[in-house]
Amino acid sequence: MREREATVRRFALTDLIFRSVAKGSAILVLLILSGVAVSLVFGAWPALSKFGPAFLGTESWNPVTENFGALAPIYGTVVTSAIALLIAVPIGIGIAVFLTELCPRPLRRPIAIAVELLAGIPSIIYGIWGLFVFAPFLQRTVQPFIISAFHDVPVLNSLFAGPPYGIGMLTSALILAIMVLPFITSITKDVFDTVPTVLKESAYGVGCTTWEVMRRIVIPYTRVGIMGGVMLGLGRALGETMAVTFVIGNAHRVSASLFAPGTTISATIANEFTEADGEIYTSSLIALGLILFVMTFIILAAARAMLMRIERRAGA
Amino acid sequence: MSAASSSLYSRRKARNSVMMTLCVVAAGIGLAWLALILGALLWKGLAGLNLAVFTEMTPPPGEAGGLLNAIAGSVAMTVIAVAVGTPVGILAGTYMAEYGRFSKLTVVVRFINDILLSAPSIIIGLFIYELMVRPMGHFSALAGAVALAMLVIPVVVRTTEDMLNLVPNALREAGTAIGAPRWIVIRSVAYRAALSGIVTGVLLAVARISGETAPLLFTALSNQFWSSNLNAPMASLPVTIFQFALSPYEEWQQLAWTGALIITFTVLGLSIFARSLTGRRI
Repeated sequence: MREREATVRRFALTDLIFRSVAKGSAILVLLILSGVAVSLVFGAWPALSKFGPAFLGTESWNPVTENFGALAPIYGTVVTSAIALLIAVPIGIGIAVFLTELCPRPLRRPIAIAVELLAGIPSIIYGIWGLFVFAPFLQRTVQPFIISAFHDVPVLNSLFAGPPYGIGMLTSALILAIMVLPFITSITKDVFDTVPTVLKESAYGVGCTTWEVMRRIVIPYTRVGIMGGVMLGLGRALGETMAVTFVIGNAHRVSASLFAPGTTISATIANEFTEADGEIYTSSLIALGLILFVMTFIILAAARAMLMRIERRAGA
Repeated sequence: MSAASSSLYSRRKARNSVMMTLCVVAAGIGLAWLALILGALLWKGLAGLNLAVFTEMTPPPGEAGGLLNAIAGSVAMTVIAVAVGTPVGILAGTYMAEYGRFSKLTVVVRFINDILLSAPSIIIGLFIYELMVRPMGHFSALAGAVALAMLVIPVVVRTTEDMLNLVPNALREAGTAIGAPRWIVIRSVAYRAALSGIVTGVLLAVARISGETAPLLFTALSNQFWSSNLNAPMASLPVTIFQFALSPYEEWQQLAWTGALIITFTVLGLSIFARSLTGRRI
């Protein structure tokens, strides 16, 4: 009897220990994120207190005079990500429609996996491919053609101006589009699968074509989920580092032309951090990181909130 | 049927065929990019693939050499990162799925973990720089490994929680009914049932970190030479590719392509193998 009591007590103790360690690990996940936030604010403080809010609106980035502003990297980040989404969203939704409605059943899984492999390719591979294969191709064929085609069109000729470098904002945006495509595709496909079959069947029953079912039933039904997927893709695009670093050209200026070299927040950090000397220089780079962190945090949090909403509906 | 309504039908049909064709084209574009990238990698990478790549050190500019120290560095840092990140990830996932399935903490941790999962890895690099490199005063392989571990944790947490949630409650109840305490039920019943899924999560995490460059740039830095000192800068395959690809030397660029080929096929192989383990998509 005594022995049994001791065993039960021992079990209770080990269970308590295991439970606390597990809970501690879960709390550690929270600590990591708050640690990231605290360390970035701490590291960015010297720059932020020196430049103040003007840091966000200054284009100059001069390591010699130690005058830094985040406007050019923010502009590059936002523009490249926006163009990437403009390209990737229609294609991603198209692939999802293809996979859920058109593709012969035995081919569905292989094609879905192939598209997801695009997400598995490391970012640096996109970079080296973009620099040595894609950029020269654009420089030789696509860019001269676009420049001459839009030469006399008012707005477009300033968007597509300048010598065809190959590298630049548009090239980065195209590569980002390929990189976020799998995220958008796989989430869109998943939310398409949550549409009750009976809804689609009743639409087909009243004589809708496949396109009409997608356009009028499936896409409106899954709107929130698709938005979530798009925001998740945006979060990826904003923070993508190595691929962009290779092909953006690292020029700290705001330029209207999409063919011009530019820079993004992450590319600036990757290119300059190890070479930065002086406290203000390093701190300005960390301040850029803080801006990126805040941007992606808001976007990703919104994306998750949207996806959680559709998950709850699918579960109910 | 009147002429007007039949033209409406044909218009709707035509519209349908156009849109469906566009969807097929979209799928074609997706697959074409994959083929183009893998094709270029094979084309340029295979040209430089020989035994020396695996047996010789990274060369000085203008000379032939290999990637041995970079590969070894990558393996070393990946092993440490997995050894640090996996237990934490599995334990956190265990708490969320087993002890705190309905607690507020779980909801918050799941939300934060999902954000960490897609957070830019360069931010993690900055974090570890502030946390380890600056206080220690120098770059080190250890800092690189910890940065990678920060990327392992969210992947493992996510898959562990998902996989444990799939274990039927009847199994746990059976374990509890014969008098086993909770932690023995978790260890001998839940973990066993979810084993292949948890292993998948770890493999996916390895696939994720073995190609990561950004968090290593200013934590582990790089090293031209063989180094087994964890407290000193260490070469890694991705960072070496980054430096060599942007260099003007042809030998270095060739090594970068070959390294890129090695990384990509390792990563893709790992993730295909991981998926085949469970047979379901994660």
